[in-house]
Amino acid sequence: MTQQQVLDLYFLDARHKLVELAAFLDRVERAEGSADFRLQAFRQALNELASPDRQRAQRVLLAFSDPTAAPIARAPGKGACGAYPGPDHAQGTSR
Amino acid sequence: MKYIEPHAHMVSRVTDDYERMALAGCQAVCEPAFWAGFDRSSPAGFYDYFGQLTEHEPKRAAKSGLKHFCWLCINSKEAEDLKLAEEVIALVPQFLARPNVLGIGEIGLNKNSRNELRVFEMQMDLAARQDQLILVHTPHLEDKLKGTRLILDAFKSDRRIQPGRVIIDHVEEHTVEMVLDAGHWAGLTLYPETKCSPARAIDILETYRCERLWLNSACDWGVSDPLAVPKTAQEMKRRGHLTAAIEQVVYHNPGKFLSQSPHFRNAFSL
Repeated sequence: MTQQQVLDLYFLDARHKLVELAAFLDRVERAEGSADFRLQAFRQALNELASPDRQRAQRVLLAFSDPTAAPIARAPGKGACGAYPGPDHAQGTSR
Repeated sequence: MKYIEPHAHMVSRVTDDYERMALAGCQAVCEPAFWAGFDRSSPAGFYDYFGQLTEHEPKRAAKSGLKHFCWLCINSKEAEDLKLAEEVIALVPQFLARPNVLGIGEIGLNKNSRNELRVFEMQMDLAARQDQLILVHTPHLEDKLKGTRLILDAFKSDRRIQPGRVIIDHVEEHTVEMVLDAGHWAGLTLYPETKCSPARAIDILETYRCERLWLNSACDWGVSDPLAVPKTAQEMKRRGHLTAAIEQVVYHNPGKFLSQSPHFRNAFSL
């Protein structure tokens, strides 16, 4: 496909998702209390969107990933929460 | 367009879904053993489940004109209890000769724990001893990268495992290349929020242009879509892919991998 064809097919969808991201950040900041490691990982991943380099999707996924190599002693639960909390914060909030 | 659904948990779906899949062109559905959404209390629960996958579900699929195949194992979400896992794994061999069984799966990792890895290796050994194909579940979200690396290392360390007889499922942009580079097949799962969208899956197909890739819905008891594969085929058409190229991905690619199973070859002609 040409870049024009890609834009014709996907621009409105991508624009919609971008506005949703902006509204999500506004919503979090408008709320009371404090955020956690997930927002930090989210902001780190957002930086990848502005990068001029390709493979942005891969780098966004890496920004949320557990970078360690060794198996953990015991599964803390069954779910995953979408962002790596660090070695001292076992998580598991969703499937 | 005809297609094969190589990963669907039909025990969790209504009969209407079989009918809709058949209407959309599905020719065969393959069902890996998985977590029921709750932990089974004993090996007997798995014995009944394996019976359901090998006896009852093929009959239900046949009513819609669909061939039904399955994979057997204990899944990684119930692998923390080693004693239970050993007892369930001991049940598997008696089912492997049943005519719709494709191999061992979906084995893999969930939270990347030591016991999960131990149970994965036990089932990898079972597959090697029984000369079975293997279907692998890779972990969700933040755990996928690490889990995929651990799984690839485990396969690499066992010389009995032929990479071309292993499909590693649920790959995404950050894991697909390492899986293909290791010589395995890779599955792209079309699942809301936690895995690939149709657009991203097609991006990966266009980037890697590899015949060792397939598409699946992994539809189950969660929010998921049993028609995700034909919908992605439609999206490929919108992007200008030719019919033959689409059919290669949704029909011939899974057919080629699955035809390594004598049970598949005996029951299904591509």
